[in-house]
Amino acid sequence: MLELDDIQHFLLMRPRALAARYGFLSFRKPDEGRAWLAGIIDRVGRGRAEAAGDHTDARWVTVAFTYNGLRALGVDEASLATFPDEFRQGMAARAAIIGDTGANHPDHWVGGLASPDLHAIVILFARDVAERERSVHEHQKYAAQFPGVEALSILDLEATPPLDYAHDHFGYRDRMSQPEIEGMGVIPTPGSGAPLKPGEFFLGYPDEGGDPPPLPQPEILSRNGSFLAYRRMEEHVGRFRDFLRQNGNTPEEQELVAAKLMGRWRSGAPLVLAPTKDDPSLAADPQRNNDFDYGRMDPHGYAVPLGAHIRRMNPRDTAPNMNRRRMIRRGGTYGPPLPEGVPDDGVERGLAAFVGCASLIRQFEFAQNVWVNDPNFHELKNERDPFVGMHDGSYDMTIPKRPIRKKITGLPAFCTTKGGAYFFLPGIRALKFLAAGAREA
Amino acid sequence: MSNASKQPDWKTPTAIAIPKEGYFTLEHGRYGPIYPRTPACHGFTIIAKIKAGTEADIRAYGTTIEKAIEGSPDALAPLKLHYLRWVLFDIGPDKYFMYQGIFDTDFDKYTEDAIQLFKATGVTTVFEKLEGFPMDWRTNAPAFIKFVREHQCPSFLEYGEYPYVTAAEIKKALALKDAFSTMLDQMQ
Repeated sequence: MLELDDIQHFLLMRPRALAARYGFLSFRKPDEGRAWLAGIIDRVGRGRAEAAGDHTDARWVTVAFTYNGLRALGVDEASLATFPDEFRQGMAARAAIIGDTGANHPDHWVGGLASPDLHAIVILFARDVAERERSVHEHQKYAAQFPGVEALSILDLEATPPLDYAHDHFGYRDRMSQPEIEGMGVIPTPGSGAPLKPGEFFLGYPDEGGDPPPLPQPEILSRNGSFLAYRRMEEHVGRFRDFLRQNGNTPEEQELVAAKLMGRWRSGAPLVLAPTKDDPSLAADPQRNNDFDYGRMDPHGYAVPLGAHIRRMNPRDTAPNMNRRRMIRRGGTYGPPLPEGVPDDGVERGLAAFVGCASLIRQFEFAQNVWVNDPNFHELKNERDPFVGMHDGSYDMTIPKRPIRKKITGLPAFCTTKGGAYFFLPGIRALKFLAAGAREA
Repeated sequence: MSNASKQPDWKTPTAIAIPKEGYFTLEHGRYGPIYPRTPACHGFTIIAKIKAGTEADIRAYGTTIEKAIEGSPDALAPLKLHYLRWVLFDIGPDKYFMYQGIFDTDFDKYTEDAIQLFKATGVTTVFEKLEGFPMDWRTNAPAFIKFVREHQCPSFLEYGEYPYVTAAEIKKALALKDAFSTMLDQMQ
């Protein structure tokens, strides 16, 4: 059984939050870092409270650490050496592997995220902006006691209007397909697959491969923990809208191009089930909006192109070992929305999201390396994910169509990586262990 | 110019000499250096000494795997293979196992899938007969991958009579030929 009292709530539940703040911290003085952590542990959301459906909460706190952060808090070298190589190296050092090259290179990242001084992240999700401001103020008063805990940067997030459903700055409905975890009692929506073994997301549990893999040491530090890959992706909304205008003569044609890039209409209706015309009622119905496959229903990609975003990020029945590649996504949008018909104002806006998993190399890095950036995925030869792939204008997008396919050449970069990091998200006992100087309290 | 247009023509037989380290420029994949695609596709050649007295067991697995593929011909499809070759040979008094695969995917990309398939088809049971193979491989994928990479012997020359053609392209061409034959039969 999952130890819900010990696992942080972050990957277990998705509270209804419309605002957030991410604080990126550096522990200039280790003892102050530990003291800061000791005082904040009781505020950290636990799985048990969320699972019980305590809806009185208005804010949810999560704390996670980089490899350098664990070291700064006093975890010894022998223990650090038992953590996976990719976590020890960090996201910036793995940039070439996951596709962060050119304009996406860590040299261009913001907020100190590529710096070895990045030690921790505090994630605050709040019911609304007012609650976020109240919580931020409260934390600032608390943190003022610890001048040795420096905020390298912060990022404020707000849901993009209209607020009745989650969507990104391009207008695509989000959160359509999430894996469920065995033992949590949640029945997956049709098409979402069976609940997955907890070990796919939390250390110390059996996973889809069988017995639990070896734990980083000591066990008190690693058990019930997860790894997080953080991505800050700028969305170039003006460039995206220009592209749609260039590739569609009418608003209907432009919507179809937008849908083909994603694999869903911007409403969220899946192209496999609504191939020619948007269907907002289908999009809003969780019993239907994820209920499709590719191998049987769309093998040649006449509905969803083989290189469309959702077909790459979740190939469903057309990839082996899918259950070993699933990830839990959390996050939201930042920056002001760009109104329709307005030229791009140059202000940074985008998605700042976390991918949660038990193995960064097997889950997150595989997705980046193969599904997102392999030009020959599905034998496409010269394509990358149209949104999150690394683009420099030299890749294409093929849209299968009878009698002749349509090929868009020289796809522009709709997104740019502005930062990223690998974090370890410890359980509550592990937070206490860290606060006590990497000793059992 | 699109990247795809840089691919050479399948009609021109091509040979490539490969530096000692197995690649032309060092490019890191998730698990280590990426070995290049050559006119003879991607591939590996794993050579390892077998544990004394296990030769008969290893040979017997040839039949086991033959039956496994017979029962489930698509079992290895995700690896996009052309050929696998298993060889046992002597070096002095010792017996060595060579496992050579020719395929279309960068091995680094699909390493975990390969391990999963090796498990399913019993290939790993043979690996357990190799000296130095990590016996906790079922839960310790990184150790399995490290063993494979440490025992990989890169080619110093590879040649393709029809270079860079994938198994999928060959199968499509043969299917097309079958379809044309059927069409011609129907025209009689």
